[in-house]
Amino acid sequence: MDWNKFKSNGYYRSLTRNIFLTIFIVSIMPMVLVSGIILYQFQTSYHEKVNAHLEELVLKHKQNIDIFLKEKLSDIRFLGEAFNFTQLKDESVLQEILRNLQQEYGPVFVDLGVINSYGLQVAYAGPFKLGMALYATADWFQSAMQTDYFISDVFLGLRGLPHFIITVRKNWMGEQWILRATIDFVAFNNLVENIRIGETGFAFILNREGKFQTTQLLDIMPAKEPYMEFLKKGQGSIDKIHIVEKTGGSGNKNIYVAAFLKEGDWLLVYQQRSRDAFSDFEKALIVTLAIILSGGLGIITTAFILSRKMVDRVVSADQEKEMMNEQIIESGKLASVGELAAGIAHEINNPVAIMVEEAGWIGDLLEEEEFQQGKNLDEFQRALNQIRAQGRRCKEITQKLLSFARKTDSRVQEVNANELIDEIVALSAQRAKYSNVTIETDLQNDLPALHMSQTELQQVLLNLINNALDAMEKQGGTINISSKTVDSSVMIEVTDDGPGIPEANLSRIFDPFFTTKPVGKGTGLGLSICYGIINKLGGQLEVRSTLNKGSVFCVRIPLPEKKDNNLEEPSADSR
Amino acid sequence: MPENETNQANYIKLLLVDDEEDYVYVLTNRLQKRKIEVTKAYSGSEAIQVLRKQDFDVAVLDLKMEDMDGIEVLKIFKKMYPEMAVIMLTGHGSEQAALEGIKFGAFDYLTKPCELDELVKKIKDAAQQRG
Repeated sequence: MDWNKFKSNGYYRSLTRNIFLTIFIVSIMPMVLVSGIILYQFQTSYHEKVNAHLEELVLKHKQNIDIFLKEKLSDIRFLGEAFNFTQLKDESVLQEILRNLQQEYGPVFVDLGVINSYGLQVAYAGPFKLGMALYATADWFQSAMQTDYFISDVFLGLRGLPHFIITVRKNWMGEQWILRATIDFVAFNNLVENIRIGETGFAFILNREGKFQTTQLLDIMPAKEPYMEFLKKGQGSIDKIHIVEKTGGSGNKNIYVAAFLKEGDWLLVYQQRSRDAFSDFEKALIVTLAIILSGGLGIITTAFILSRKMVDRVVSADQEKEMMNEQIIESGKLASVGELAAGIAHEINNPVAIMVEEAGWIGDLLEEEEFQQGKNLDEFQRALNQIRAQGRRCKEITQKLLSFARKTDSRVQEVNANELIDEIVALSAQRAKYSNVTIETDLQNDLPALHMSQTELQQVLLNLINNALDAMEKQGGTINISSKTVDSSVMIEVTDDGPGIPEANLSRIFDPFFTTKPVGKGTGLGLSICYGIINKLGGQLEVRSTLNKGSVFCVRIPLPEKKDNNLEEPSADSR
Repeated sequence: MPENETNQANYIKLLLVDDEEDYVYVLTNRLQKRKIEVTKAYSGSEAIQVLRKQDFDVAVLDLKMEDMDGIEVLKIFKKMYPEMAVIMLTGHGSEQAALEGIKFGAFDYLTKPCELDELVKKIKDAAQQRG
């Protein structure tokens, strides 16, 4: 099986995806939730704070304006009480009064006028030439005649300049008279114009019809509806401050704070773009979003890397498991083959023994005199010797099988590598002969014993020899197996003069599932299992190969330390 | 019987215990020819029966028999007739059992199939030692 295919199959892909999603969701959810909640709380309290601040501001100005209007009105009312209309009709007196007022309050009062019940201004003091002007048809005159005192809306009037007037109605000598004062628009406007907050915050005053009572700022065209709504709604609640947020004509969201003035006649409106009013909140929002975004990116990166790493681990763990399974199966196979071989060997031994003995018996009988003269005696002897010789050969074969089987034992013990090599060579001899391969051995006589499992060494050597035989199956050749002590390890080399291994395959030769054999022939695990076994023992398995010259597989297994030198001596003595 | 008695000095009295009848047959023939008087037993229990009636110099005992474990038979032999030498026959690879047998007093062991000359030599050695 190709490992890359294995790795990219659906199971691992969905595992990667699931790990990624789990990490991502688990990490990002709390972050988003916490930031969301905090942001919401902050927004609420910040809105409340800003609204409260604006309410206070508008309330303060409402009071200022109301006080301003009340003051001016009471000034004029005082004039009405203090002077009778005979005096007031005298323009020089009127001018004197105006001068006094202007001295006291500055240029707030523009002019004064006295008007009779027919609307004729009988006396006038001020900068305009308005003496004897007729106001009978003016709206304000109509209204002023109805009540004791009256403050008009802003209008242009005869002078052609925006202004508003304060009137006081008096009964004098059976006739209705009106004392009128004009309030300087600029002075009044200042009361409102001073309210400027941030970049877009400004205030203005409207009358009941929605007409501006203060200068309309040219750069801002406020939408009408919000004020009209206030004006409609405001009927019942003159003392309340109204706050509303609306999207204006230009598509910007605005906040409107409004309060009624002049007992509900005028409306003081403060308008500011929401973005401007809540600019701090906007900043916090941007910072939060930036944090969430960068955190999210960090989490995505981490989740990506982590899921990849975890799945890589899982893949290699699975791979290892697969190899272990394969190794267990392989050694299990070897063990069961061993058992089978042992059984067969035992079974064969008895008939062979009988055959050999029967041949011996015939030989015994032939020695008797009656047969000595037999014509074919020599031929009989030869045949019997042949039976004996072949019987001995059978015995040798079964002995090899039995001693091989006896070593399918995974316990760690003293292993004589030379013995194992001899046995395996003997076992492979038939196959080698068949493939026209000669197996030579070059073994060091006093090779120290290794401390490992016999089965595992068998497996490694069998694999290497079988691979060499596979490689030389077609053309034949020579396999040389050598053993020697190098430093403190035993080195076993399996050299063949076969076709060699291409460079490209050399680096992958120990990779699991790498095989050049046709599908179904090799698992691609043989060499990687060998590699695993040798590696586990702290040894090395190396390969050198030249194309068309042959390959050398070199196994180095470290010898057990010190202690074994002592163990070795008696065994050397016994030899 | 009288023939046996007259040859007593030369003949070694041997009990051959093995459950492979054909093997016992041919081995008996060959050993008889080499001046060894062989009594056959095809199982451990049969051998014990025979031993009750007769003394032997040497017993050749197959360790792998169907009815009784060879080692158990050996133990009984050594208990009943400690004087009798026992040579064990084992399969190759069962040396462990043979070594155990030696611990229990067997004289020696051979792996099956064995060379007849070797067996005869061992029998003679055993008889001599018993002596």
